[in-house]
Amino acid sequence: MEPVTFLEAIRQALFEEMDRDPAVICIGEDISVYGGAFKVTAGLLERFGWERVIDTPISETAIIGAACGMSYLGLRPVVELQFVDFIACCFNQLTNFVAKSNYRWGAPVPMVVRAPSGGGVHGGPFHSGNPEMYFMHTPGLKIVYPSTPYDAKGLMKAAIRDNNPVLFFEHKFLYRRIKEALPAEDYVVPLGQAMVRRKGSDLTIVSYAAMAHTSLEAAAELAKEGIEAEVIDLRTLVPLDQETIVNSVKKTNKILIVHEDTRTGGIAGEIAAILNEQAFEHLDGPITRVTALDTPVPYSPPLEERFLPQLADIVRAARDLARF
Amino acid sequence: MFPKNTLRPAWPPPMHNTAKNNGRAKVTASPALTREQHLDLYFFMALNRAVEEAMVRLFRQNKIVGGLYSSLGQEAVSVGTAYALEKRDWMAPMIRNIGSLLVKGVPPRDIFTQHMARYTSPTKGKDGTSHFGDLKNLHIVSPISMLGDLIPVMTGVAMAGRYLGQKIVAMTWIGDGGSSTGAFHEGLNLAAVQRAPLVLVLENNQWAYSTPVSRQVPLRDLADRARAYGVHSAIVDGNDVAAVYQTAKAAVDRCRAGQGPVLIEAKTMRMRGHAQHDPAEYVPQGMFEYWKARDPIERCEKFLTANKLWDAKTKSEIHARIDGLIKADLEFAENSPLPPPELAEQGVYCEGPLCLEPRWERPIAEVTPPGCSVQAAWKVSDPGSIEAGQAMPGAPLAKFTRMEKTPAAPRSPAKGSTKKIAARSKGRR
Ligand SMILES: Cc1ncc(C[n+]2csc(CCOP(=O)(O)OP(=O)(O)O)c2C)c(N)n1
Ligand SMILES: [Mg+2]
Repeated sequence: MEPVTFLEAIRQALFEEMDRDPAVICIGEDISVYGGAFKVTAGLLERFGWERVIDTPISETAIIGAACGMSYLGLRPVVELQFVDFIACCFNQLTNFVAKSNYRWGAPVPMVVRAPSGGGVHGGPFHSGNPEMYFMHTPGLKIVYPSTPYDAKGLMKAAIRDNNPVLFFEHKFLYRRIKEALPAEDYVVPLGQAMVRRKGSDLTIVSYAAMAHTSLEAAAELAKEGIEAEVIDLRTLVPLDQETIVNSVKKTNKILIVHEDTRTGGIAGEIAAILNEQAFEHLDGPITRVTALDTPVPYSPPLEERFLPQLADIVRAARDLARF
Repeated sequence: MFPKNTLRPAWPPPMHNTAKNNGRAKVTASPALTREQHLDLYFFMALNRAVEEAMVRLFRQNKIVGGLYSSLGQEAVSVGTAYALEKRDWMAPMIRNIGSLLVKGVPPRDIFTQHMARYTSPTKGKDGTSHFGDLKNLHIVSPISMLGDLIPVMTGVAMAGRYLGQKIVAMTWIGDGGSSTGAFHEGLNLAAVQRAPLVLVLENNQWAYSTPVSRQVPLRDLADRARAYGVHSAIVDGNDVAAVYQTAKAAVDRCRAGQGPVLIEAKTMRMRGHAQHDPAEYVPQGMFEYWKARDPIERCEKFLTANKLWDAKTKSEIHARIDGLIKADLEFAENSPLPPPELAEQGVYCEGPLCLEPRWERPIAEVTPPGCSVQAAWKVSDPGSIEAGQAMPGAPLAKFTRMEKTPAAPRSPAKGSTKKIAARSKGRR
């Protein structure tokens, strides 16, 4: 098979799921004729028609609300937020209406919210965000943040078939920069399973999305110095695959957590707490993190570069940690 | 406030003083109600009031967990609107729509157990008050506390019903205060642009907690909000149950005929404080007196008597039935256990199979390739000039060709493997 981009992998998943199940519909801003701001839904209208590819007014609250209502009748709406930053506009619908629905009254909300996210593309303070932790702190939502085309397609299919609301973060930096040949046959990547992308024995690097690639690159550099890092790609933040993280730390005894999200309240803190609870006696060095700064995402390239974790930061932090 | 003769608008803007009913057509005549319908409406209003009075007693006995809200004086709105729905239709009540729940088929016991946080309640104690629903049988969507949120949700219900080929109507309610939330406006606009079969009942009970309607909205008629969205609207005396029903029925029929959403403003009065804790001292006494003289249940009784639709015997039979229902259901609720503590940990996620599969009432082939419509649902033919109705040259209707399979991968600007990705951070420091 021809290798396809990250973006195309997601598009294929949408096509195939809509083909498989007429309960799957897409709803969002500019997704039909235009094919979405990033063209992820390009071609869906021509194949599935107006009733299944629905353009909406610029009303994030109404979009999430309507998708929730549709799911109550058994549909499986896939929402596109034009950029994940606009998720703040529907925070209430997501965290209060959607997330609490199954718990409160046993009404599952099988919907997917797709959202182009992440920095490195000079999007500035309102088009570069990684707001996943607001939602990780909201019981009832699942959160997927893939790093490869294979995973993006398989996780999207799993998300659409899941009976719970799933936030599906699509890192914009990855959209057209990576390619991978995908299996011809139908496959899913189950939610809640991290992936060990590289085996190693000296320390564990845990990351996800675009930073999973930078972490792998760092591991390659470290290997040249004789430091063997194990690299875990979380793929799904909720449910979090605690077992894979804990097992790896029991083997390497050291952990470095890398995320593009800002530092305070980022997932590194949560993973540190989990390791304190489950692997305290196995730790031979401080739980270390490399993260973005605690600032808004700045616009100008040198500022954004300073904001984002860089390869050199990861290598340096790993080297320091390995010395323990 | 601002110097005159500037381009700034005066603030606050003058009250939009509209003529009675604001030029809206009077309630379109639906066939006169039958005796049974009149008696039904009376029964549900009286049941509504009796259920709530029973809960006030429970509240005084400390048996209600949390707050207790009252719809005293507003029963005609809840009952009259919900009575216009059919079994297949969907609704989502607000806190003061106990009457709507009863009409849709919820037994009083569910309302008692919800307020008493019992294990036998529809939410098993996970949530209280009217915060419960029933997807499978009664087609009720649970409200949440955040005002306005139900409007987009019920718009989605209406859209999904249409997509599945079900001829359903979705109905929900909002207060005068709640009509200022963003969700109200986003939801109503989406419903309008989608022509969704949604009936939105704007229950203007003059107060939002302690704030009078005039301090919330500078409009005489809140129904005017609908105009901004091109939504059909009606205003009705919310204390006249038959008029409320007829207005709602016309709205439901209009929706079912595919003519788009309807907003009904029902003018009424909240006859108690915001909730039990609130003595409502901010309400002028004369206002209570004005509305007391227009109590919807007393009005209905007078109407039934004047039109010889009942006699003393019928009335006492109705009340005996209500008393029996309440007694049995109260007993059930009071004897119900509280939930086991471990229930707190369960049900955050749906683990099992989906509890509701879509019910198709049209051929699936109509929405799957090659049957699904790719005809443009709209066209742009007006250039949008200030001079209305201008034509523009050419026929600018987008053309769509059907695509039979997943199109080939789009060209991708950057080639290479996953490894290349880290290049962005290479050698920068
Ligand atoms: C979005 C939101 N803000 C604030 C509140 C708190 N609150 C609950 S009821 C209420 C007043 C509502 O007034 P109205 O919409 O007129 O309904 P009514 O109580 O008169 O039935 C307020 C402010 C809320 N529930 N939701
Ligand atoms: Mg009010």
